[in-house]
Amino acid sequence: MAQIIVVTSGKGGVGKTTSSAAIATGLALKGHKTVVVDFDIGLRNLDLIMGCERRVVYDFVNVINGEANLNQALIKDKRTSNLFVLPASQTRDKDALTKEGVGRVLEELKQEFEYIVCDSPAGIETGAMMALYYADTAIVTTNPEVSSVRDSDRILGMLQSKSKRAEEGLEPVKELLLLTRYSPTRVATGEMLSVADVEEILAIPLLGVIPESQAVLKASNSGVPVIIDQESDAGKAYSDAVARLTGESIEMRFVTEEKKGFLKRIFGS
Amino acid sequence: MSLLDYFRAKKEPTTAVTAKERLQIIVAHQRGERDAPDYFPAMKQEIIEVIRKYVQIDSDQVSVQLDQNDDKLSVLELNVTLPEKP
Ligand SMILES: Nc1ncnc2c1ncn2[C@@H]1O[C@H](COP(=O)(O)OP(=O)(O)OP(=O)(O)O)[C@@H](O)[C@H]1O
Ligand SMILES: [Mg+2]
Repeated sequence: MAQIIVVTSGKGGVGKTTSSAAIATGLALKGHKTVVVDFDIGLRNLDLIMGCERRVVYDFVNVINGEANLNQALIKDKRTSNLFVLPASQTRDKDALTKEGVGRVLEELKQEFEYIVCDSPAGIETGAMMALYYADTAIVTTNPEVSSVRDSDRILGMLQSKSKRAEEGLEPVKELLLLTRYSPTRVATGEMLSVADVEEILAIPLLGVIPESQAVLKASNSGVPVIIDQESDAGKAYSDAVARLTGESIEMRFVTEEKKGFLKRIFGS
Repeated sequence: MSLLDYFRAKKEPTTAVTAKERLQIIVAHQRGERDAPDYFPAMKQEIIEVIRKYVQIDSDQVSVQLDQNDDKLSVLELNVTLPEKP
């Protein structure tokens, strides 16, 4: 049975697109046929992070409007087999997405794919609502910072009242916390909320912790999802998260400060 | 963390602690609002109207919150900031 996963946050710029690209790629690497859908209509970005921007011909809105069929719009990833991208439109606005239209396209994708990963736009308006409406699972992407945590809690409220599952009284959307841009060093000095703090406040299961990492910018510069870079901390952390998403239980890594030498600890770095 | 920080850290709560405390309050408030019964916004509006018959207040001077303590008991908390006497 196909699973619809929304990567959502409320707040902008917390790492939804980075995470959508990494997680979709990770699922495909595990052999699951996966599509990642850009719901950020008007501000397409996923194609850049996936490195397929020059191959976009038709987009999500074209498919909804019947101007192209799915097979014309889907872009097959060159690097990873089993992986496809459905890009967002660059020219329309968010109102181009209707519940009925989105539902129809997702239903068609469900026939083809095991996982449908939806990259939500920021905010709590139409675009974000459309991205989460049909979700079975929500990956609530959060930075260890007050406004991001508050917005994540608001998104949890939406999932619990405005999603299709909530409206129809079905089993609730499965909510998972993905803490991104985490800096163990700053947590140790008391400048940053810890994993435990955020878990306690949001009270949902933890899918993973992605450290603040230079590898993310490097990956986006070259259009390669960071999970491909298995030398990097962020790449490894995303792999762990994907494994947990598919039911494996793996210990959290990159949550505590790297051991420093004795002198460095006393005199600072 | 340097040696100096070790001593400093003892004195006042870190900013992360402050952040957590603020978030706990905000989130509890947000959840109270979204778990509130459907009649709640209308009731809140009427309470404000009643107070306005006697004192001139803005709606943001009134906070009405419903705290569900357990299945049997919920507490309606009403906080009104009255203007200072002229
Ligand atoms: N773990 C990380 N370490 C360092 N930088 C990161 C990390 N995750 C994301 N970033 C950076 O943060 C910025 C925002 O990331 P991204 O575009 O994925 O966020 P978003 O939530 O999709 O934003 P929007 O709300 O605008 O769609 C990017 O510059 C990205 O490189
Ligand atoms: Mg994005």
